[in-house]
Order: sequence, then structure tokens, then C-alpha cells
Amino acid sequence: MEQFVPVKRSKDGQPVRYLVVDDSVFARKNLARMIETFGGQLCGEAGDGMTAITEYDRTNPDIVLMDITMPKMEGIEAAEKIVQKHPDARVVMVSSVGYQENIVAALQRGARHFVQKPVKPEVLYEVIKYVMGDDGTVANSATAGV
Amino acid sequence: MKMELIQPFINAADAVLAQGLQCSMSIGNLSMEAEAYRRKGIAALIWVTGDIEGRVILDLDPETAVRVASKFAGTELPETDSLVRETVFELANQVIGNAVTVLNNEGFHFRVHPPVLHTSEHGPKSSEDTEALVICFETGIGEVFMNIALRYSQSHHSGQAAAVGQ
Repeated sequence: MEQFVPVKRSKDGQPVRYLVVDDSVFARKNLARMIETFGGQLCGEAGDGMTAITEYDRTNPDIVLMDITMPKMEGIEAAEKIVQKHPDARVVMVSSVGYQENIVAALQRGARHFVQKPVKPEVLYEVIKYVMGDDGTVANSATAGV
Repeated sequence: MKMELIQPFINAADAVLAQGLQCSMSIGNLSMEAEAYRRKGIAALIWVTGDIEGRVILDLDPETAVRVASKFAGTELPETDSLVRETVFELANQVIGNAVTVLNNEGFHFRVHPPVLHTSEHGPKSSEDTEALVICFETGIGEVFMNIALRYSQSHHSGQAAAVGQ
């Protein structure tokens, strides 16, 4: 898998921490591998929306990658509950079902962005940089020592 | 079976498999099947309800499933690994999710149910109006079968009739 220039947190230069939420173990592993190529750190995983909420409280991640169709509680509802409690939470929806109503509903309820499966690493990388905004920095090795 | 319902699934499977497997793809055998579905190996079955109803089965023989899962995992997996089954499920999810996205943006509303493992040797029998289309995708590492049996629901027909009557 392609290696990307690491995205770090601006405040302390540490790797961006991710919570990955998907009922598919395969999808979680796939996203975890991508996160690694972005120089990020996987701080937690959840297989449903309810667990995602408790895992968010426990791990306080910089980014949540959240599937939509999941058992117990779907991703859009979980995203809304997380953002209600943590207004600064950065939730990115990652789903194979990317029709307009779904995207609009997710964004209206607090998600910051939407990425359709199958996830292209270069697309997710750009979304991560966008969502991190000024709180993230691309650790360019050419300028790192300057 | 209406081709406008099928085409998004073929396109989605083509795109998802080509991207995931990073190899060239071609569509091999294409056949209509009115008899009960005969499973080839590890099969994920997804039901669809709403304006369109029916089911889609993604089916890989065990050896191909292991090769596909290993390719995705980036490491050799044993046939017994649960990730092999998970990979087939997620592939089915992605194919159907992508197809549903296209159909939904065209105005069809329906729900996709989570995939279930299709374990019986024979699947749900097709009926006259849900005759199944079986498509074989030939990938560089084996054949992937997709069995689609979909039809417009009664509510969709009623809605159309009402619209015409207005």
C-alpha cells in the first residue's frame, strides 16, 4: 500500500488518533492499514454505534471513521450523539451507501465529511487533511528539520 | 427482469472488484436461472426491500475466496480464517451499497439488509417475476458469481399507477 506524508497534530506533533467504527472486521482492518500509511494511530475500534459512543468517551480520538449501516445503532445516529456531547468531534462517515439523502442526513446531524466505499486511500487522505484543518499538519520531511 | 435494475449492480461489482483486486476484469457467462440457486462456495446473501425487492448473492468458490481475502489482507490467509468470510460479506456490501446509491439517486427508495451467510446448498427459488440473472466475473485470481433476483414491488407499481391516474 502506498505510503503518504504523515499527517500530525499541530498542537504537539503527535500522530492523529483514529477511532474506527464498522461492523465488518474486514473493513476495520482495511481502514487500520490505511491509517498506518497516513502516519496515524488507531486508538480504538467499535462494531456498532452504541459501542462507538463509549469508545469515543474512553479514547477521545482526533478523527472518527464511521460506517452507516450497523447493528444496535446506525452510524448517523451515533455520530449525532457523539457530536451533541463533544461539539468538536470530527466524524467522517465511511459507507458504501452514498446516495444524496444519506450524505445530507449525515452532514446535518454532525458529520464533517463522507467517503464512499470502496475507500481509495488517496481520497481518504485528502479528507483527513481537510477535516483536521489547522489542527493538522503535514509533516513534510524536507522541511521537518528547518 | 428489468435491465435498468441490474446494470447498476454489474457496474458496481466491476468497479469494486477491479479496484480491490487491482487486476483486469471481464464478464464471463451470463445466464438466467429460474431454478433454486446452487451455491458455489462462500456466499453472502443480501435482501432488498422497498420500491425494489428481491435478493443479491455474491458467491465465490472456497479457493477463490481465500485468494481474494488474502489479496485484500495483504497476507496469505488460511481457508478457515473468519476474515475470508468477512471479506466476501464486505465485498457484497460494497457492491450492493454502490448500486443502491445509483438507484436511489434515480428516485428508487429501498432498504438494504445486512448480509447473511448463505449456507444451504440450494438458495431461495426464483419465481416467474424474479427470475435470477447469474453473472460470472472473471478476475485474475478466480471467478466471482453474482446472482440477482429483483423486481419492482407492488407499492412501486401502485405509486406509478396513481401518478398516471392523476
